[in-house]
Amino acid sequence: MQPTSHAFKDNAARALHDEKLQRALLNVPTGFVQKRARARDRLPEFDALREEGVAIKKHALAHLDLYLEAYERKVHESGGHVHWAPTAEDARRIIIDLCKDRGARLVTKGKSMVSEEIGLNDALQAAGITPVETDLGEYIIQLRGETPSHIIAPAVHLTRDQVEADFRRVHTTLPPDRMISEAPELVAEARAMLRQKYFEADIGITGANFLVAETGSSVIVTNEGNGDLTQSLPKVHIVVTSIEKIVPTLEDVSTILRLLARSATGQEFSSYTTFSTGPRRAEDPDGPEEYHVVLLDNGRSALLGTVFEDMLRCIRCGACLNHCPVYQAVGGHAYGWVYSGPMGAVLTPSLVGVEEAGPLPNASTFCGRCEEVCPMRIPLPKMMRHWREREYERHLTPLSYRKGLNLWAWAATRPNIYRRLASVAARALRLLAGRRGGFRRLPLASGWTRYRDFPAPEGKTFHELWKERRRHG
Amino acid sequence: MVARPPHVGLFVTCLIDLFRPSVGFAAVKLLEWSGCEVDAPAAQTCCGQPAYNSGDRADTRAIARQVIELFAPYDYVVVPSGSCAGMLHKHYPSLFAAGTAERQAAEALAEKSWELVSFLTHVMGVEAVPSAFEGRVTYHDSCSGLRELGIHREPRQLLQTVRGLELVEMRDSEVCCGFGGTFCVKYPDISNDMVEKKAANIEATRADLLLAGDLGCLMNMAGKLKRRGAPIAVRHVAEVLAQELSAPAIGEKPSSAKEPAT
Ligand code: SF4
Repeated sequence: MQPTSHAFKDNAARALHDEKLQRALLNVPTGFVQKRARARDRLPEFDALREEGVAIKKHALAHLDLYLEAYERKVHESGGHVHWAPTAEDARRIIIDLCKDRGARLVTKGKSMVSEEIGLNDALQAAGITPVETDLGEYIIQLRGETPSHIIAPAVHLTRDQVEADFRRVHTTLPPDRMISEAPELVAEARAMLRQKYFEADIGITGANFLVAETGSSVIVTNEGNGDLTQSLPKVHIVVTSIEKIVPTLEDVSTILRLLARSATGQEFSSYTTFSTGPRRAEDPDGPEEYHVVLLDNGRSALLGTVFEDMLRCIRCGACLNHCPVYQAVGGHAYGWVYSGPMGAVLTPSLVGVEEAGPLPNASTFCGRCEEVCPMRIPLPKMMRHWREREYERHLTPLSYRKGLNLWAWAATRPNIYRRLASVAARALRLLAGRRGGFRRLPLASGWTRYRDFPAPEGKTFHELWKERRRHG
Repeated sequence: MVARPPHVGLFVTCLIDLFRPSVGFAAVKLLEWSGCEVDAPAAQTCCGQPAYNSGDRADTRAIARQVIELFAPYDYVVVPSGSCAGMLHKHYPSLFAAGTAERQAAEALAEKSWELVSFLTHVMGVEAVPSAFEGRVTYHDSCSGLRELGIHREPRQLLQTVRGLELVEMRDSEVCCGFGGTFCVKYPDISNDMVEKKAANIEATRADLLLAGDLGCLMNMAGKLKRRGAPIAVRHVAEVLAQELSAPAIGEKPSSAKEPAT
């Protein structure tokens, strides 16, 4: 997927004027935010669980190489294959070769952000292979030729009416009088359409929420059960995922799963949690004949040992997106790449470069709500600030802005000069405001006064008055 | 408690100094009521947040050094702003390498730096203020005060003791108002969307007065409420707690200095 993160500002402006999008985004605070709050309140040990989760991930990252090697051994023992993909390009090539070697024409897919990250669908299509998304949200956006706008709710940017219209347009067999305005009806309709595809597919591709070093298993969670059919019906199952998903043990997975569902959707647990370990064994009633894991790095190992290492703890729950007022205002597409919201603002510059994604870490008030809700306690604002530091060091910050900042800092470290400047400014603004309480238009602050009045100062600075008061008092 | 009156250095934020000195004087009054000896050293300028949040570490460090040295002699540093208090308390130490003398000095400053209202309640043990205000009041939780310093209960607790004051909670009081320092000028459209939502929540309370602990957020919300034509006055929480209401509310005409009788 080609990033358009550099155009965040324009993307955001468009999003703010998109009435349908704005209506769809109203569901984010009322849905996800409230559900998470209730789920959290129901579990007194939530914060203790969080500490455990953080410790597990920290430990796994500190010994990432060892756990990945152990995982690979276990996958081999269970009859599967691990393919290492240093870059997105490598991952695409590995997957397409696997498909071509088996003469695959149709692949079903479970929801996978990593496959979005590597632009897998386009690559498959270019190679003459048809990918069919089976997650309801992914299915909808595939129908529309769009990209996901949220890491757990890919179609959250759409209203029900829009989805219904799309289904009626594409599902020609759908009787016009059948109601499909509610979510379960939409799921049922998509399911009916997909049923045949599961059987026809040559290969099923899923992501992984976790990889378990102890057993060589990959784990997915879904609420629709589509992932299970994707990976158990076709002859070949390909898991495409990234290296930081590794955790040491099954016990660890169960701890983090409790955090994931609560943080993401406010559920105690996701409806389906599926562990896959290797291909089908002789005594198994079903399952694929081949099991492949494509392990993507794509810049992640370069974050180890840096100030951005903590970001690798992310379990993609989406809580930071849901609670972010900037995300709530502009939605996920404005961020211009696969990952959006606060986690995207840190991860995108890490993966596609800060030159491309610079606007993202700047598009934050540092309100800290993301860090507050992150089950993995990732200090997201701090890391966005680190990106701003890198930008500043590399002179990517706009020159006029830098100059202004330096000038201001110059004055701020010279109290006598600063005092005098402040007095002049306070008085000048007061004079300009006249009898008014503020400005409706102020040339140098047009970004502010386009939308709100600019309150006028009282006229003298605190320090002037303080000096006077002490002289007289 | 200390035997002699604690010697407090008031950190007058750059916005208060420039735009609203009355907040500084309200803070002085509250601190003196609670039994502190207050000084506001003249050589202070700003806490350095604009540079810090723009990624300019070198300038931030230079400013921090100045603040650390200037306030070293005081028992406490009190700041009538959650975000600037958070800067001193939480961020200054991270500017200097561990184990250095500078880091030690920054940590010493951090330890004695407090946001005004939480200082009054936690350090000075203030449980009530002898003030009065007639009207419906709603309180916005500014982000840094709330999330960096954990201030939530304190301002409400003191406001409840103001005679005549009725406190009404707005929806999403803890959601950002869209100010964010340089954010509101870097991303005016998004900032506007956020403050529009905030203003709607404030108006829905049908309060007479909006309070918060941070002048930046207050100027943002006051400017928006004014533009929307909402008849809601906006003040810093310290002004009401200290009953320092002589200045017109934020963004109001100097002539409309009259306040509801108290
Ligand atoms: S950064 Fe935290 S809150 Fe955001 S998706 Fe990752 S784990 Fe969830």
